Amino acid sequence: MAAVRSLRQQTVIPGFGLTLGITLSYLGLIVILPLCVMFFRAADAGWVKFWAELSSPRTLAAFRVSFGIACLAAFINAIFGSVVAWVLVRYEFPGRRLVDSLIDLPFALPTAVAGIALTSLYSAHGWLGQPLAAVGVKAAFTPVGILIALVFVGLPFVVRTVEPVLLDFDRELEESAAMLGASRPSILWRVVFPPLLPAVMTGFTLAFARAVGEYGSVIFIAGNVPGYSEIVPLLIVVKLEQFDYAGATVIATLMLVASFVLLLAVNLLQAWTRRRQGG
Amino acid sequence: MVDLAPAADVAAQEPAPRIASPLPLTESFAARATLVGLALLFLVVFLILPLVVVFAEAFRRGIGAYFAALVEPAALAAIRLTLMTALIVVPLNAAFGIAAAWAITKFEFPAKNLLITLIDLPFSVSPVIGGMVFVLLFGLQGLFGPWLDARGITIVFAVPGIIIATLFVTLPFVARELIPLMQKQGTQQEEAALMLGANGWQMLLRVTLPNIKWGLLYGILLCNGRAMGEFGAVAVVSGHIIGRTNTMPLHVEVLYNDYAFAAAFAVASLLTLMALATLALKVWLEWRAGPRLARTRLH
Repeated sequence: MAAVRSLRQQTVIPGFGLTLGITLSYLGLIVILPLCVMFFRAADAGWVKFWAELSSPRTLAAFRVSFGIACLAAFINAIFGSVVAWVLVRYEFPGRRLVDSLIDLPFALPTAVAGIALTSLYSAHGWLGQPLAAVGVKAAFTPVGILIALVFVGLPFVVRTVEPVLLDFDRELEESAAMLGASRPSILWRVVFPPLLPAVMTGFTLAFARAVGEYGSVIFIAGNVPGYSEIVPLLIVVKLEQFDYAGATVIATLMLVASFVLLLAVNLLQAWTRRRQGG
Repeated sequence: MVDLAPAADVAAQEPAPRIASPLPLTESFAARATLVGLALLFLVVFLILPLVVVFAEAFRRGIGAYFAALVEPAALAAIRLTLMTALIVVPLNAAFGIAAAWAITKFEFPAKNLLITLIDLPFSVSPVIGGMVFVLLFGLQGLFGPWLDARGITIVFAVPGIIIATLFVTLPFVARELIPLMQKQGTQQEEAALMLGANGWQMLLRVTLPNIKWGLLYGILLCNGRAMGEFGAVAVVSGHIIGRTNTMPLHVEVLYNDYAFAAAFAVASLLTLMALATLALKVWLEWRAGPRLARTRLH
């Protein structure tokens, strides 16, 4: 206790020991200890098991599907999310406030509900599946279906990161550029877009991270064919159902490591972009 | 008036200065209409149609079938379990959120940023992994499995497992809302209350809680929405025992996989109404609390 006291600044406010104690023990019991147990179980499995999973075509295909489609979905969200944020901040049109509050729907709607709704919408007899089938696109039960589900779950991230930056954007910059004779497209590209880029990339990263781990909305629409439309979280569930705990922990650990490496890479890229822009 | 006339003449003779033409401060009407149309098309396809299809499918067999699906014993058991889970999980995570925000914002100590990152961790872990870790801990082949089994305690494939997995997934919501808010508010008001003779609990109840009430409600609202709707983590630990360990989202899955589509969408429509109510309350809280909410909207 004395050691803990000396760590913090002198203050009259009470409750440091109590609240930090509650925080650390609750977080430790519910999050840290269980995750550590997972890492130990994975380490227990040994290199042979790691290598076996890493070289299994089914695991590799699941990683390709999960990370590849999550990246594509985040990219689509980066483009359309920026357009939506721009339209919501800059233009007046009927229903704008309603649309703005509906953006968060994918955060609020349970993923299983989103999953069955999207499946019904894009199946061969669905409202959107039928016209798509007419032009030869099979959406449900293929990787296209996974893409649709992941665009849905990631939709709010880019909109909600870009919106505040646009609201704070100093419009005098656009006026100065216009006074100096720049055309509107040139102003958008050279004046408005560069400061938005870090926010777009943050949104991309968040949407990507969410999409990689997503389970509920994907499994209904994916068809779940091993090697073709099976995602990593589903593969983990399959291994658990077969009581292959070692396999499940190894895949879960690989997935966590891969996501952290990718997030780190995107964060570094973002830091580099910020530096290049001088702030 | 007379003075102005020659000046106007001069201006008329000279070529129009550039400044007189409208500055390109916004896009042309055609460009604006195209962008609005594109954004709305995207949102209709990805947000509005899924919402509408839930209700269309739920009522496909008529109102009678809709309500029959909701009062069926298995559906009622699922509704009860979901409400009970939320009723246990949300107060626990709210209490944790207040304690964590208190420790982090009112005191200085080393590795604080690490602690904040660790609190956020459940958001960056796949919900499936959130369920799996408890199978590894409490399952029959798990770390404490044999010990629990010898004493006749079941956690995994039972209600306690569902609750603890939901605790994991929704842990950050309240803390995340309160930390930036309390950071902004500082410690002056609490210090003043203590100087005036309040004890710790009086200060908490009369000064701190009223100050953070909107942020707290906001965090509780988001935490509740996720607790009632969580699927991946709960699916792993529940075992899908109908009538006993099926929450509403799991019941939707069971019905859907049994091709009872209308019934599945009927239960799903209740969850959708819950989501819409959450969004409506969220907008109301943002309007009511105004700047007294921390502006971190990324859950």
